[in-house]
Amino acid sequence: MKFRTLFLGVVGAAVGVTGIAGVKAAFADEQFIPMLVYRTGPYAPSGIPVANGFRDYYTLVNKRDGGINGVKIAFEECETQYNTKLGVECYEKLKGKGQTGASLINPYSTGITYQLIPKAPVDKVPILSMGYGQTASADGRVFEWVFNFPTTYWSQASAFIKYVAHEEKGYDKLKGKKIVHIYHNSAYGKEANPTLEALAKRYGYKLTLLAVDHPGQEQKATWLQVRRLNPDWIFMSGWGVMNQVAVKEAGGINYPMEKFVGNWWSGTDADVKPAGTGAKGYKSATFHGAGSGFKVHADILKHVYGGDAAKAKENNIGEVLYNRGVVNAMFGVEAIRTAMGKFGNKAMTGEQVRWGLENLNLTKARLKELGMDGFTAPVKVSCADHETGGPVLFQQWDGNAWKVIGKPLSPMVDVVRPMIEKAAADYAKENKITPRSC
Amino acid sequence: MLYREAGQFKTSYAADQAMFPIIQDRAFIAMVLIIAYGVVPFWANEYWLQAVIIPFLIFALAAVGLNLLTGYAGQLSLGTGAFMAVGAYATYKITTIYPDINILVVFLMSGLIAAGVGMVFGVPSLRIKGFYLAVATLAAQFFIQWLFNKVGWFFNYNPSGTIIAPPRTVFGVMVAGPEATAQVRYFVALVFLTVGTVIAKNLVRGRVGRAWMAIRDRDIAAEIIGIQPLQTKLLAFGISSFYCGVAGALSVFLWLGSAETEAFDINVSFQVLFMIIIGGLGSILGSILGAAFITLVPIFLTNAPALLNIPFPTDLSKHIEEIIFGGLIILFLIAEPNGMARLWQIGKEKLRRWPFPY
Repeated sequence: MKFRTLFLGVVGAAVGVTGIAGVKAAFADEQFIPMLVYRTGPYAPSGIPVANGFRDYYTLVNKRDGGINGVKIAFEECETQYNTKLGVECYEKLKGKGQTGASLINPYSTGITYQLIPKAPVDKVPILSMGYGQTASADGRVFEWVFNFPTTYWSQASAFIKYVAHEEKGYDKLKGKKIVHIYHNSAYGKEANPTLEALAKRYGYKLTLLAVDHPGQEQKATWLQVRRLNPDWIFMSGWGVMNQVAVKEAGGINYPMEKFVGNWWSGTDADVKPAGTGAKGYKSATFHGAGSGFKVHADILKHVYGGDAAKAKENNIGEVLYNRGVVNAMFGVEAIRTAMGKFGNKAMTGEQVRWGLENLNLTKARLKELGMDGFTAPVKVSCADHETGGPVLFQQWDGNAWKVIGKPLSPMVDVVRPMIEKAAADYAKENKITPRSC
Repeated sequence: MLYREAGQFKTSYAADQAMFPIIQDRAFIAMVLIIAYGVVPFWANEYWLQAVIIPFLIFALAAVGLNLLTGYAGQLSLGTGAFMAVGAYATYKITTIYPDINILVVFLMSGLIAAGVGMVFGVPSLRIKGFYLAVATLAAQFFIQWLFNKVGWFFNYNPSGTIIAPPRTVFGVMVAGPEATAQVRYFVALVFLTVGTVIAKNLVRGRVGRAWMAIRDRDIAAEIIGIQPLQTKLLAFGISSFYCGVAGALSVFLWLGSAETEAFDINVSFQVLFMIIIGGLGSILGSILGAAFITLVPIFLTNAPALLNIPFPTDLSKHIEEIIFGGLIILFLIAEPNGMARLWQIGKEKLRRWPFPY
């Protein structure tokens, strides 16, 4: 009896509430940006700083500038746990929200990006998969609705090889070197493999691919193999809890950390701190500055946290992935601003934002205005090129902070671009897409 | 008073053997079907169809399949995810090699391939039982996931190892691919579930189902009365895997749009197993109720704070959701260890005496 009363109560409440939620309030112009986040589960160490970066930048734009050209940003988080199935649910829930629907989507998961790519042209929601997702989508002729600037996995892998050549003092020295790629056994982790294989043929290094299964906590077997192989360099495509485990394991077998290089998703504060002093010297790729010493951070501290530095620190300010969230949010906001330049200062639709993304031209002067001079490189997107080949930086953990080391390296476009065009052509053929001419 | 069989006389064998011998049951089923076919697709929006109802239908089909094997034939299996993966990858391979074959036919062909694979992995069931068999099917789970991850041929050498559902039409209507509407996908999934359920219901009432139950209840006794364990068990594995294979194919082509092996990992096997445990082992209706519980309740709980206009932080609400969901599972199993199907049955018995219970 009690059980039944409870059950009926819950059903009644659900019905009542659904009815209320159906009423829509009228409000001033708002630009809705959905946020797929993961603050729980094995990928939370990576997901939390990213989500905080996004949230703080949107809040900053609203509080400091009163929105984008006067149009406030509305945003809503949806928890995906980096799980593709939950990602679909979140996307379907958020894509139609707000005044003009979702203006663009940052899936923050290569798996979810793969799912959304075919839907983007149908739902008219552009995808900004910044430095992740399907590398082939850099070919804007086939992937009209997908953007992955400032650079891609394949470009990154080529920049890594360039970096190794630089450290080894010459491409001829690569011959016979042993390079291991430790990757998350998913669409994301596998992305770099074709480029590393193509370059192995060209430069004659010995490539070994070692997969780590989801979620990445169990890597004993992998590192046993590493110890046996004793590679000259290790490249890693990890995410979430996998990174900290790998860094710890590398310390455990006394692998020289300065020869261990993560990709740009494997190098944030949460990845190295659990390993303590053992992580010192670990490197990773990146495409923006490290630390919280830029003007944009001062603005966030002032406008978002009201000067409360301790609270800002608690919310990961200045951490590598926090900064990535800020950069990503800024790209989205500036694309919307670009679109407003053409279509007027009102809430933009997904189609208009797509135009904005494709015509985005972030100059050094504009970055300076945004307080991001020296924080990230200028970007100019075009119809054919959704990647832009922005330079890849390398950073090193000195035991306390990440420091950018060496010069920015530009990817090997001559190797990567033909591969991208071929992969895009294959995709177009399989999915019956006629590439547009640019 | 309303739910009584008194006065309903059966005058032919056919009437006596009907799937639903009581008129109230028939009326109820008819009503459910009318709502499912006539009301839901027009009332529900795209979010409801694509993110809530379609996954429920697909998992219900898989749960019906697993219930045939575990609930009726008594063979505990943890390979459901793997058999679903076989169906999904087979569909992808067949439809990319022969794009002209009707995709609905391809779904069935993939089901047959999954059935074959299921029978191969069912062979150990002749020697081992219970938890030991579960471990043997676990091998299928890991082996198949590894295979589809490792061998490029299965995913057409796509650099990321992902299979993507290409656009496919049936009689001029887009069924798979990004441009297929949620309504069409819903109809296809619903037809597969309806037909699959009717066939399963009749299978378990007939000779095959009785043989399965005999094997489940006491295999030696079953053998003595002339049931051949080899054929019976392998048939159970085959038919169960057929259902799972079709469900796997539908999940990629109608629901997810693209998938990697991760989508069919061990968690999926557990999920489907929990569906039939919570729904009721050895009950077709239970499979569907269990699938509804496991797929719909978390989505409801996720959206509850927003519906109530309580601003919860995302992580907190996810944690609360997991706590409540876990609590509900325990509550249900304490309230009725035989699953929701049994609750349904008790409800029907109470209805029979209503309003004069004794």
